[in-house]
Amino acid sequence: MTAPHAAPPGTDKRWKIVEAAMRRHGYRRDALIEALHSVQETFGYLDDDSLRFVASALRLPLSAVYGVATFYHFFTLKPPGRHTCVVCTGTACHIKGAPELLALLEREYGLKPGETTPGGELSLLTARCVGSCGLAPVVVFDRELAGKLSAEDLRRWLERRLAHDAR
Amino acid sequence: MTLDELERLAAEERAAQRKTACWLHVCTAASCLSAGAAEVKQALEQELAERGMLNFCKVKGVGCMGLCSAGPLVAAQPEGFLYGRVTPDDAPDITRSLVEGRPLRRLAVPGDLPFFRRQFKIVLENAGRVDPERLEDYVAAGGYASLLKVLNEMTPQDVIREVTASGLRGRGGAGYPTGLKWSTVAKSQDREKYVVCNADEGDPGAFMDRAVLESDPHRVLEGMAIAAYATGARHGYIYVRAEYPLAVARLRAAIRQAERAGLLGNRIAGTPFSFHVEVRLGAGAFVCGEETALMASIEGRRGTPRPRPPYPAESGLWGHSTLINNVETLANVPVILREGGEWYARIGTPNSKGTKVFALAGRVLHTGLIEVPMGISLREIIFEIGGGVPEGRRFKAVQTGGPSGGCIPEEYLDTPVDYESLSALGSMMGSGGLIVMDDSTCMVDLARFFLEFSKGESCGKCVPCRVGTAHLYDLLDRILRGESDGAALAMLEELSDLLRHTSLCGLGQSAPNPVLSTLRHFRHEYEAHLEGRCVAGACRTGERR
Repeated sequence: MTAPHAAPPGTDKRWKIVEAAMRRHGYRRDALIEALHSVQETFGYLDDDSLRFVASALRLPLSAVYGVATFYHFFTLKPPGRHTCVVCTGTACHIKGAPELLALLEREYGLKPGETTPGGELSLLTARCVGSCGLAPVVVFDRELAGKLSAEDLRRWLERRLAHDAR
Repeated sequence: MTLDELERLAAEERAAQRKTACWLHVCTAASCLSAGAAEVKQALEQELAERGMLNFCKVKGVGCMGLCSAGPLVAAQPEGFLYGRVTPDDAPDITRSLVEGRPLRRLAVPGDLPFFRRQFKIVLENAGRVDPERLEDYVAAGGYASLLKVLNEMTPQDVIREVTASGLRGRGGAGYPTGLKWSTVAKSQDREKYVVCNADEGDPGAFMDRAVLESDPHRVLEGMAIAAYATGARHGYIYVRAEYPLAVARLRAAIRQAERAGLLGNRIAGTPFSFHVEVRLGAGAFVCGEETALMASIEGRRGTPRPRPPYPAESGLWGHSTLINNVETLANVPVILREGGEWYARIGTPNSKGTKVFALAGRVLHTGLIEVPMGISLREIIFEIGGGVPEGRRFKAVQTGGPSGGCIPEEYLDTPVDYESLSALGSMMGSGGLIVMDDSTCMVDLARFFLEFSKGESCGKCVPCRVGTAHLYDLLDRILRGESDGAALAMLEELSDLLRHTSLCGLGQSAPNPVLSTLRHFRHEYEAHLEGRCVAGACRTGERR
């Protein structure tokens, strides 16, 4: 396997992490999804430059890379807010009140799933199921999971989290 | 590592563990971790160290103990006292109770709950006992002995004979006989073959595979290696959801440990057999649980299915013969080889042998992970193991099989749990999510919920599924908004029938199941909505505008 000549889009040192991930898989084309995971994990989302870089490093058409990046729900092409709030909308969470949690987020923050507050403070996402059904309904705030939440619990919880930031 | 070395390691580890008179097992599976188990573990370790008790008692992180609703869980061994909803502040009391040799009543979860008594653990036998992050602990519990026995004493045909005799069927939901699948791949003349472990547990409300991977990752690797030996594969992939970071981390660590010990990789245990395993991450596409879509995804492409035949056994990954089994199926394999296929076949019913792991959730008192013999009734699962419906509400239905399954009402609760009986009710075994609903759940709303899911997850390749799921959703939405008339139900049925018979893959073929099963068992709720009422009183939009 010859080394690719694709140069990263910028001088940001974090590109080395992405390059290492692709090298680990021998720049194999079938490791495209792994490469995109490493971009998103490193930068939080997939921007146009990163897609072009991955495409040329793996010698894939940009259309194929874009196709994969948009097919899978896990990948996002938009920069996330400083905080992300993921509401699980799995079956157990649905029947235990996830719709009320989503209604609260729309009421209090004007957020629908997939949206970010205008100041870029908070993004709202939904998950099909995070697999913690025993704790339904479940919300994941910046990787921290909270379960058995009422809408009022969630309101207070978010207020505390976001206030902590403002200080 | 040879068989002798493995036995020596197991004996050494067991001897080392015996030196510690008492163990505190802290559940470190995802559910308990999110309830604060890591802090509890740290507090217990600190408390034991401060009291100078570490010679006498040690703390061990273990996998899922099952009763997720009472997490974080701590078990004091060897007595087996189980404590629930433990906080770091409870550490002094727990350590004091160890010295006194008495259980701490304040936190005790009764060990004789039907939740524990009625279970039969094969797949989960190590969950809650073994440290998932240490190979030695798995080996001390008898791990990898089946693999080395197979490599040293059995031909691939012997292995397949044993698995066939066990009657094991695919635990991903469809129930295809595992032995038959293995022998098809084994017979293939292809020189390059693959074994794939399907850990893309996409059904909402299902967390069995996640618990197995988080609690006992080596077990799945051992099952895969045995499958590879039996079928003649040298490479394997585990396709895991990216939404399960802990399971992924533990799997990757387990692969590294097994490679270092010579239990995976080249010339395993000094035999000519080599087997390499790689983890591949999913990226949030439900359709990738379908085997042809899953293989497309492993190849780095959009996860769209293709028509079968050819089946993966003939033409799978990169066109090569491929064996695809689900996590739970593979986790059964080491035990079948240890105890014998005949032993396994004695458990369960004539057509559905062995046990099944279920994720019990929803409106039920005890939620969590259970493993029960096939043939147990739904009533026993929900009312004895699950403790029934809380808050004085009435049981309405249990949903099995996720978006591909259906809802089963009270009058069928005595149905034995096996593949055929559940199918006959218009539901399916599915991967094992059991979601209990009480009288506050509107079944029309639930059908819409599942169609919203299927509509969003349809890959868009075939028209019946892409357009049909959207139309089904719209019809249900209109019924719920009180904008439909009597013709709507007939249209639902007709469209469902079309999807079932013309969709390309299982997603579209089974997407109407939630509609059809609720129409069959809860038609009156649909009819009430047509009149502008919601039987469950759940839909504010139920009234006609």
